[in-house]
Amino acid sequence: MMSNTTWNLDPSLESTALVQIKPQYELFIDGKWQAPLSKTYFDSINPADETHLAKIAWANQADVDLAVRAARTAYTNVWSQLSGAERGKYLFRIARLMQEKARELAVLETLDGGKPIREARDVDVPLACNHFFYYAGWADKLLEAFPGQNPAALGVAGQITPWNFPLLMLAWKIAPALACGNTVVLKPAETTSLTALKFAEICQEAGLPPGVVNIVTGYGDTGAALVAHPDLDKIAFTGSTAVGKQIQKACIGTTKKLTLELGGKSANIILEDAPIDQAVEGVINAIFFNQGHVCCAGSRLFVQESIATQVLDKLKFRLQSIYVGNPLDKNTDIGAINSKKQLETIERYIQLGLEEGAEIYQPTCELPSAGYYCKPTLFTDVAQSARIVQEEIFGPVLTIQTFRTIEEVVQKANNTPYGLAAGIWTDKGARIFGVSQQLQAGVVWANTYNKFDPASPFGGYKESGFGREGGLHGLRAYLKFPN
Amino acid sequence: MLPPRNNPDLISLLAKSPTIDQTGSIERVARIQARSLKGAAKLQGLRMALSMIDLTTLEGKDTPGKVRQLCFKAQHLHDQTSDLPKVAAVCVYPSMVGIAKKALGDSGIKVASVSTAFPSGQAPFSVKKDDTLFALENGADEIDMVISRGRFLAGDYQFVFDEIAAIKELCTSARLKVIFETGELDSLDQVRKISDLSIAAGADFIKTSTGKIQPAATFPVVLTMLGAIKDHYDRTGQMIGMKPAGGISSAKLALQHLLLVKEVLGEAWLTNEWYRFGASSLANDLLLQYQKQLTGKYQSAAYFSID
Amino acid sequence: MEVLKTYKLYIGGQFPRTESGRSYAVLSQSGQHIANACQGSKKDIRNAVQVARKAQASWAAKTAFNRSQIIYRIAEMLEARKGQFLEELQALGFDLKSATQEVETSIDRCVYYAGWADKYQALLGTVNPVASSHFNFSVPEAMGVVGVVACQQTAILGFISQVLPAIIGGNSVVVIANQKLPLCAITFAEVLATSDVPGGVVNILTGSVEEMLPTLSGHMDVNALSLAQLDSAILEKAQTEAVENLKRVMSYSIDFSQSTAQGLSYISDFQEIKTTWHPVEQIAGGAGGY
Repeated sequence: MMSNTTWNLDPSLESTALVQIKPQYELFIDGKWQAPLSKTYFDSINPADETHLAKIAWANQADVDLAVRAARTAYTNVWSQLSGAERGKYLFRIARLMQEKARELAVLETLDGGKPIREARDVDVPLACNHFFYYAGWADKLLEAFPGQNPAALGVAGQITPWNFPLLMLAWKIAPALACGNTVVLKPAETTSLTALKFAEICQEAGLPPGVVNIVTGYGDTGAALVAHPDLDKIAFTGSTAVGKQIQKACIGTTKKLTLELGGKSANIILEDAPIDQAVEGVINAIFFNQGHVCCAGSRLFVQESIATQVLDKLKFRLQSIYVGNPLDKNTDIGAINSKKQLETIERYIQLGLEEGAEIYQPTCELPSAGYYCKPTLFTDVAQSARIVQEEIFGPVLTIQTFRTIEEVVQKANNTPYGLAAGIWTDKGARIFGVSQQLQAGVVWANTYNKFDPASPFGGYKESGFGREGGLHGLRAYLKFPN
Repeated sequence: MLPPRNNPDLISLLAKSPTIDQTGSIERVARIQARSLKGAAKLQGLRMALSMIDLTTLEGKDTPGKVRQLCFKAQHLHDQTSDLPKVAAVCVYPSMVGIAKKALGDSGIKVASVSTAFPSGQAPFSVKKDDTLFALENGADEIDMVISRGRFLAGDYQFVFDEIAAIKELCTSARLKVIFETGELDSLDQVRKISDLSIAAGADFIKTSTGKIQPAATFPVVLTMLGAIKDHYDRTGQMIGMKPAGGISSAKLALQHLLLVKEVLGEAWLTNEWYRFGASSLANDLLLQYQKQLTGKYQSAAYFSID
Repeated sequence: MEVLKTYKLYIGGQFPRTESGRSYAVLSQSGQHIANACQGSKKDIRNAVQVARKAQASWAAKTAFNRSQIIYRIAEMLEARKGQFLEELQALGFDLKSATQEVETSIDRCVYYAGWADKYQALLGTVNPVASSHFNFSVPEAMGVVGVVACQQTAILGFISQVLPAIIGGNSVVVIANQKLPLCAITFAEVLATSDVPGGVVNILTGSVEEMLPTLSGHMDVNALSLAQLDSAILEKAQTEAVENLKRVMSYSIDFSQSTAQGLSYISDFQEIKTTWHPVEQIAGGAGGY
């Protein structure tokens, strides 16, 4: 008989042979690759090993202006002249092309952003494709979607996406915008431009009319120039609450319609009658999905006191089979932190947690020597008053609080300026409805967490933003309803 | 008819069984199925799986000749490949235990016998007792009993508990595996409940299925049973063995099951003392894949003996 | 000698004077001093928001049918006091025809929104066919406390057109009434006080928009603003202050006498959409359906 077995998985690296990264990327304006008028470029690196990936054009105000003009012209001359059915066919075609390049997009996403290939492959890319499929079907049904309300396109949309789900957030922005008859200028996050640029190639391949989709890469100043452009009818932004507020201010006095999808500090609540093993797994998905770089991450865990020890023990045990490391390894559960800057932020919060007297637990695991990595981290002995409980960390860091009564936990769950998502775990159906009605959050996951679907509206209450993306409700963000 | 009477201790034991969410269980399994096994780890996994097989024949048409051939196969999985592990046990009907015992000699391979009116369990206890004693007297090292599913579904948990406990008492030195026939149970919640009940009644192993009913050892069912074993271990420090049986015929499935064990229970269970596969045709696929790993060439079934 | 009526504030179901102890003269169109109204202050706003917050949760928790009945009761009470509104409007200088039109349209609008209370959910909510084993549905929920600057052109119609869609959807409101024509708003408060609307659901302040609005738009416990016909400087200032806690700001520059000034969209303007997921257990062998 065997004994004392150790069985470690060998590395299982996804091939990068499919992916061809150009040494330098220009701006995608009016269906063409155009060198930036700014004449400047920035470097994009792989956060997993800090290697250089490509030089990327850094758009300035003049570049943004060109892009907006192209989008306006395309809107006026081409896109607004097409029937919904024709627009839908373009979107279907794009969706298909994305599916055909699914693996390439997944590998690119992992290389550029550091997320595990398993997630890029099984979550980001399929969801992004599905989002285009979903909204493609709406393009010719807008009148049925809003009967008697005369829905009409807004015009040109400026869209700014974050670095945590680059291609998926692009899909959330571009698919409904185009389906509703708008043209777009999209600025991806500076650390993760590559899949947006690949998407531009897909638009070309799909024969999308020039100017309908324009991609301007750059840092925050590029985004600010886009927001400030006078000839936009719509701004859609996903990112931090702080930047969201700047954007809301910048839109005052204009006719730009605005939707914001911002930060969160979502509560994940386990009641004593929960399906406990699935709840523990739900906690893992809630906080360690995408390194915790998720606006709706279940970063505040609340466990009823009667089961707190058991849940904590189970969580600690579960952490032993979380693999942290090379994002290209198919077995990796937690990949690289997206940037050095973000790693520093997370580390600062971990330090703060220690200073606040919280008890820390991290599993023993070896991190790669190069690149940006963070161990999955649990903080116990924390109170609602601790900053690590109140502030969005945007990393694999979970705070764990206990509670005695449901009333108490609902109060604490809502005791935050944010209101993006919440989780509730209990076997009792009546309680699920009762608690979920009380939770101030745009998405409530009952006995599950971090599920996304093109048909499901997503967006926050309070300082987590306004407007919805996904589903029927997601159309509203890109339409006006002149009476 | 009066409702079945259950002892208060048993009622409070079962009240502690957590509920199981099926969708979440399926998702958990999918995570593990997405794991990628390569190189040395795969070889190691295939060897482990081979060593955990309860090589099984449970047919009405079983004969001494068939059982003897199976026992030979158990000791000579593929002599063309050196240094292969042996299977853990041969699993037969009580009537074949003597034959198997003799055929396996001092190979170290155990003889497991099904019992208690396998596979239906629809017999009076006296018959089940004699069935078990007969197997033990003929040298069975392990007893694979079936529970009374009808009684369980009727809520007569005490009856099921007492039956297991009584059979356990007979198995002085033999290890007792308790078969649930999960394909006849209604939900994962019931799978969890019967797991907790059986462990409390004295099961050394818990086993999914007889192999006669579909579905058999599905991943969510196995995950649920592993969860019960883990919780029992966390509470008491006592290890309980696990035996999925029925439908595990490919190396891929077997390796996924082992990954499930590794992540849910831990590596301590990765030995045939605590984990078994009940299977009749799994061994050859494991051998085929093992050979492929060694040679880099895809294999043909024609080169692997059937017994 | 005629007894002049004192128009007070309406906060938490009570009629307090402004804590500031100030009042201002309400003039008719011809400049005649017809009444005094309270000149509300920042502290009045603070008090009103406090009671509005307190009242909101239980208001939203009432059954939709019950809210419908209560709003319909407002219509009944409004009808009963029609004469008083007409007198006030005429005192302010409206002719009988336009006064009658405004009051009758207001009553109709109450009836209209009373009917919506248990229906908008079915039109704004959805069941979403997600591609996993989950039941997923979206429902509208009240935003919370809505700050309202009532239409400054109409005496009561704009007020009602802004307040009703907000409260029918479970919000509570703090309203700054028409500065120049505040009388009907306070008379409407008397309607509210004698109908079944719980105290604190609608709070009404009179006085200077310019003075009070910044407190409302900057208040961190106000979830949304309903603004009507503000001049751009005041509007932009309010919008800027609203950013601090990401208030949802609706600015209307419509003619409230038009039929298009009522509708589902005015309710949905103050609704959040909540989407809930729950696993669906697959029953072995069953394909589902009937």
